[in-house]
This record gives sequence, structure tokens and C-alpha cells, in this order.
Amino acid sequence: MSVKIDHEKCMHCGGCVSVCPVLAMELKEGKIEHLPEKCIDCGACIKVCPVGAIKKEEEK
Amino acid sequence: MNYDKKWDVIVVGAGPGGSKTAEEFAKRGAKTLVVEKKQQIGPPKRCGEGLSQRWMEIANLDPDPTWTLQKITGTVLVAPNGEEAWIDTEDKDQAGYIIERSKFEKDLASDAIRAGSKFMLKARAADLVKENGKIAGVKVVREGKPITLKSDIVVGADGVDSMIARKAGLNSTLPLSECDSGYQYEMTGVDLKDPHKMELYFGSEAANRGYVWIFPKGSDIANVGVGITGEDEKTAKHYLDRWMKHNQERFKNASITEINSGVVPVTSPIDQMVSHGLMLVGDSARMVNPMHGGGIGPALEAGIMAAEIGVPALEKGAEKQFLQPYQEKWEEKRGKNFKKILKVRHFFEKLSDKHLNLIAENADPDVLLNLGHRKSLSKIAKTLLKSSPQSIGFVKDYITK
Repeated sequence: MSVKIDHEKCMHCGGCVSVCPVLAMELKEGKIEHLPEKCIDCGACIKVCPVGAIKKEEEK
Repeated sequence: MNYDKKWDVIVVGAGPGGSKTAEEFAKRGAKTLVVEKKQQIGPPKRCGEGLSQRWMEIANLDPDPTWTLQKITGTVLVAPNGEEAWIDTEDKDQAGYIIERSKFEKDLASDAIRAGSKFMLKARAADLVKENGKIAGVKVVREGKPITLKSDIVVGADGVDSMIARKAGLNSTLPLSECDSGYQYEMTGVDLKDPHKMELYFGSEAANRGYVWIFPKGSDIANVGVGITGEDEKTAKHYLDRWMKHNQERFKNASITEINSGVVPVTSPIDQMVSHGLMLVGDSARMVNPMHGGGIGPALEAGIMAAEIGVPALEKGAEKQFLQPYQEKWEEKRGKNFKKILKVRHFFEKLSDKHLNLIAENADPDVLLNLGHRKSLSKIAKTLLKSSPQSIGFVKDYITK
């Protein structure tokens, strides 16, 4: 499992980067990048996102 | 421009803290470079744009009509039941301005440039250069191309989501319970109670553990925003849209000109804000007033302190022991007070809507004016006890801690 970013909703504010304990989020110019190989599924980014742009990625 | 030479200082981030730091280092003769990942200094803001007169004095800034847009002479606190407490701050040190942050930030950068500092935009700090256990520069990606920039000191002024702090191994991950998730509209056509008063709305309906704010930028222009605990399952946007719907009369002639979001640290400052060749300034070190989340002033002040300690340290090699006095100075002058204010905040976080109503109805305006001060805790508690003796158990728990 991992998370999925809705780039249309994302405001690029970096809030998810601030709370990610494992550096699995990075704010590049105008884009949030998620590194699933680092992600530990703690869900902090999902909760903190002011606009609800991050969701759990359902398992296939 | 040849950026390849060795710099005395590289500042990462051209926000208020970064530009002020650069100006202060350059003014003292240090070769200073600022790297900024965006293609322009300023927008998008993650901020309500309030700045008090007192902070401007600390940072040696005079009011400037191009960015001190609206003079603020007080605050209207609104309790969950609608009870209003009007606080006048006109002649007190809480007086200040709602600023146009984009212009303000560019002016600060201009001040730094005139002091001798250089800026490099569209340059993202991807990693730190480390040599012999010391931080010795920054690896940036500029317009897609990697460049290694060397310096004796790196200053991380790259915000609450600081990559510099993280890459340096400083414990900067913000716990969800210690941050506010914020969302804001800048709007024109807003029906303001008073265009020179900030409006703050409290209560679980408006904002879980936070408040809704209306900060006027003109007679009918305002930042309308909300901050809620990072732990809330609902989004800040959800809270703001719902509150605006319940207060739609105020916004019937209004439309949005800007949408902002961001996360604010409302906690103690970071344990360690220096390392070998490294200093943190501003939100990256959580230098924020934990009562209201204001961080521009503390970042400006820290930028001055960083240069005061950093410039003499350059001659000695910028090892950690020569930079440590920066942290000590900051903690003495500001951090200690912020830790006390955090206790007031923790008390406030536990207040129920009923408590908030009682405080708005019964508190002396002078007590409300000084909410951000440690001393206000006992005064608020007294107000609460007077109007509701049954709250003694609750008050005791927090006052004695």
C-alpha cells in the first residue's frame, strides 16, 4: 500500500513534507513527489493535507 | 555570473528569514548567496500576512505603503455563541499591519542584494555537501542541471518543510498534533466588521483546536482563512467552506482572488538548530509564536542573530561550537518566552465551547489583549472560575502543571 496524490487538487504547500517522518515526500518546483519505496504508510500526510489531495492507494 | 567560487554563506530559501539573513551576513562583509527553488521570490504565500509594529522595529523595517497595506488597530474575538469581545491595540505594541507579502519579500531580497548578496532562482537544494564531518555546501538542481556550490556556512531558511534540516539529520519532522493545517482565500467584496480590525472566530464548529480569521487588506479585501489541528480527519478546506456557508451574508458580494494553503508549526522550537557549518532560521527551526502561528517576525529576528554569531564564526572555521551561541542567544531572547506561550496554548486547546463563551463574556479586555503572554494564563483561569465555579477541577489541572 502507498498513497496517491491528486495533482489537480494539490496546492504545493509542502505540508505533507513537513510531517513525513521518512522523507518520502519532496516539494520540487510546482510539484509534490512521493517516493513509495520509502513510504511507511503512517498516514500523516493524508491527515495534514489542507485540501484532501492525498489518499490511500488501494491495493490492486 | 560565476557562481562556482567558494561562498562564505549559502542561504537556502528566499523567504523573509532567508533574505534577512543574507542581508545581515552581506552587510558584515560575508560573500553570500541565496538559492531559491521557485522562479520568483514571493508567491504562493502560506500565510495570513499579519505583522506587528514591534517585530518591524526589531527588524529595522519602516512602514512602506507598497506593502504595509492595512493598519490594524485591534482584534474582534468571536466566541462560539457569537459573543464578541472588541480589543483595541492602537497604541499598544500589538498594533501592526496586514502586509502584501509578495512585495514585502521582494523588498527584503532587494535589501539583501544592495548589501552585496547574490541570488540564484529556480535552484532547488537537493542535498548537502559534506566534507570531513562538516557541512561544506549545497548540491542544487538549477533549471534541471545539478551544480555543487561550496560554502563555510549553510543556512537552512527553507520553511516548515525544510529539506536542509532533514538532510543534516536534525530532528525536524513535525508531529501531527504539533502543527496546524491551514487554508485561506484572499477575497474582494467582503463585508468587514471594521476594515482595521482582525476578526477571529473560535469554537469546535469554526475550527477544531484553532480559529477562523479575517485579516483586512483593504476596505473590502481580506484574507479569510482557518487553521485546525493536523490530526483532524476533515480538511482545513472543509472547515473554511462550511464556516463561510454559515456566514454567507458576509460574502454575498465577494469573490476569491487567491487560494492559499500551508502547515504551521505550533510547538516548541527544534532541539538542535545548528550543526558543523549549518544554521537554521525561521520555520525550519519552528521559530513561530505557538499561540497564533505568526512566524515572519521571529524569522527576521533570527536572521539578524544568525549573522551576528555566524560572521565571527567564519574566521574560526564555522564548527558547531562556534555556531552554538546562536541557538543559545535565540533561546534566551525568544525561545524561553515561546515555551511559556506554548503552555497558554495547551490550556486553550482544552477549553470547551462553553468555556470560550464564558471567557468572551466576562474577561477584561486587557486580559484578552495579552493572551499570547504567559501571565495571561492565571488571569483567564480567574475569569473562568468567577463565572463558572464548577470549572475548578479543569482549571486546577492546567494551572498546577
